[in-house]
Amino acid sequence: MILRIDNVRSKLIVCGLIPLLWLLVDIAFDNLGSNPIQALHIRLGDWSLRFLCLTLAVTPVQTLTKWRGMADYRQLLGLYAFFYASLHVLAYLWMDHALIWRMIGVDIIESPYIWLGLLTYLIVLLLALTSPKWAKKRMGKNWKKLHRFIYLAAVAAIIHYFWQLKGNLAEPLFYSIIVFLLLFFRVSVWVKNRQLNKLMIPTGQKVLPLTEESEAITETVRKRH
Amino acid sequence: MIIKTKTAIPASEITDPLIFKDRRKIIKALLATMVTGAGISSASANANPAWANLPQGNADTELLTPTPIELIKNYTNYYEFAFNKQDAGSLAQNLRTDPWSVEISGEVEKPGTYYLEDILRRQTLQEYVYRFRCVEAWSMVVPWIGFPLGNLLTLVKPLSTARFVKFTATYQPEVMPRQRNNAMLHWPYVEGLRIDEAMHPLTILAVGMYGDILPKQNGAPLRLVVPWKYGFKSIKAIVKIELLQKPPITSWTQFAPNEYGFYSNINPAVAHPRWSQSSERLLGSRFFSPRRQTELFNGYGEQVASLYSDMDLRHFF
Repeated sequence: MILRIDNVRSKLIVCGLIPLLWLLVDIAFDNLGSNPIQALHIRLGDWSLRFLCLTLAVTPVQTLTKWRGMADYRQLLGLYAFFYASLHVLAYLWMDHALIWRMIGVDIIESPYIWLGLLTYLIVLLLALTSPKWAKKRMGKNWKKLHRFIYLAAVAAIIHYFWQLKGNLAEPLFYSIIVFLLLFFRVSVWVKNRQLNKLMIPTGQKVLPLTEESEAITETVRKRH
Repeated sequence: MIIKTKTAIPASEITDPLIFKDRRKIIKALLATMVTGAGISSASANANPAWANLPQGNADTELLTPTPIELIKNYTNYYEFAFNKQDAGSLAQNLRTDPWSVEISGEVEKPGTYYLEDILRRQTLQEYVYRFRCVEAWSMVVPWIGFPLGNLLTLVKPLSTARFVKFTATYQPEVMPRQRNNAMLHWPYVEGLRIDEAMHPLTILAVGMYGDILPKQNGAPLRLVVPWKYGFKSIKAIVKIELLQKPPITSWTQFAPNEYGFYSNINPAVAHPRWSQSSERLLGSRFFSPRRQTELFNGYGEQVASLYSDMDLRHFF
């Protein structure tokens, strides 16, 4: 089975749908302001970016809190990022542009901020398609290489956010700080491991390949102390 | 202590305090007489709205359906107050608009500082239903109440050396948080027009919309409206109008010269460096309804294209 359903997972599935329900309620009660199409579009984009950040936060949080269970739910969080990104794209094409392809074409060609949105979506789509367990098994080491592109997706999504604004940069700034911290954490772990590996070579110990899960490395490090 | 103003005001020009106190009533009464004087059915028994049934200033242009007033009031950029439209709308209510005077100076024969009601007393107010297109690719239709800017400029007699008009908005850092923090733009906000653009009959100074005084968030008490240019050109809460020999440096051009030019004429063929200007979302249109195809000069090309006949619009964006 692709998704093992347990208690936490089912709760998480329900939680992930709350933003959508909330949006539907706001549509029903006309709470989206003078430009509801844009408001809805931005809300969907926001939720996609939030789930992307949550997905990225799993490993750092797990390392910092030493709580093991979270990685099981990373896939679900990532799929929710994909789900809201898909709605975001659909809202752009259908709700805002009424599927008038000529208009959509001109808009995309002339709007660099959309190019980055498109890049983000293509990455997230590819990661979603290769997220099932069997795909992971079949792809072997390439799976990990491919799924590192999530960082590129996050950075592109944030530039996509910045570039469409005239003022009010507070929100994209907030997300860029989050993504920067998450990236910083990953890079610092990677640098630390590289240095440790160099130290380990002369003693003749087995060197873990860099592509291995960083947790495994920190685990060895901890044992050595 | 004697507090001196920049230019001394002769005693004869100081408004009688009794008149001063009643300024609002005077404005409304003035407008009421204007309406009856124009032979239009007199204003309804209740004084509010102030200006019902004004004659159409742009009667020859196509009939437009105004955007619902609530949408217009709740969707306005006012960066002096906040960078998002919701907060700007509520914070703008702190703006002090009474008393209000406008300084007119520079290359004119009769420079001076004029109270708003004195300016209005010499103008005929009319309703102008214009399309309003924001550089952020949304648009609306607003029934403004105002008078041609050219009529005011004619009164102060521009000199032949006057080639540009600079407008300066109010500076009230005590109620405008973004001015207080020196955030983003150089405050106060500055806009500008070429003199022929300023004298064009479509260019108006608005004091109201939807038959009533302008809401504070929409530019009260006096704003510019240039319907063929992106919305940010239509500066709000004007306190100073200067006629100059050289083009003024406008706020957005100073902030991002490659993104916001001096002209900023609405043009679907010239994209903003980061987004397309080919279409716009008309406020009030439904989900799944198509966007409006943006028109060159916002559809006012017949009246204004001749102003730019010898110009490369891609270069002078």
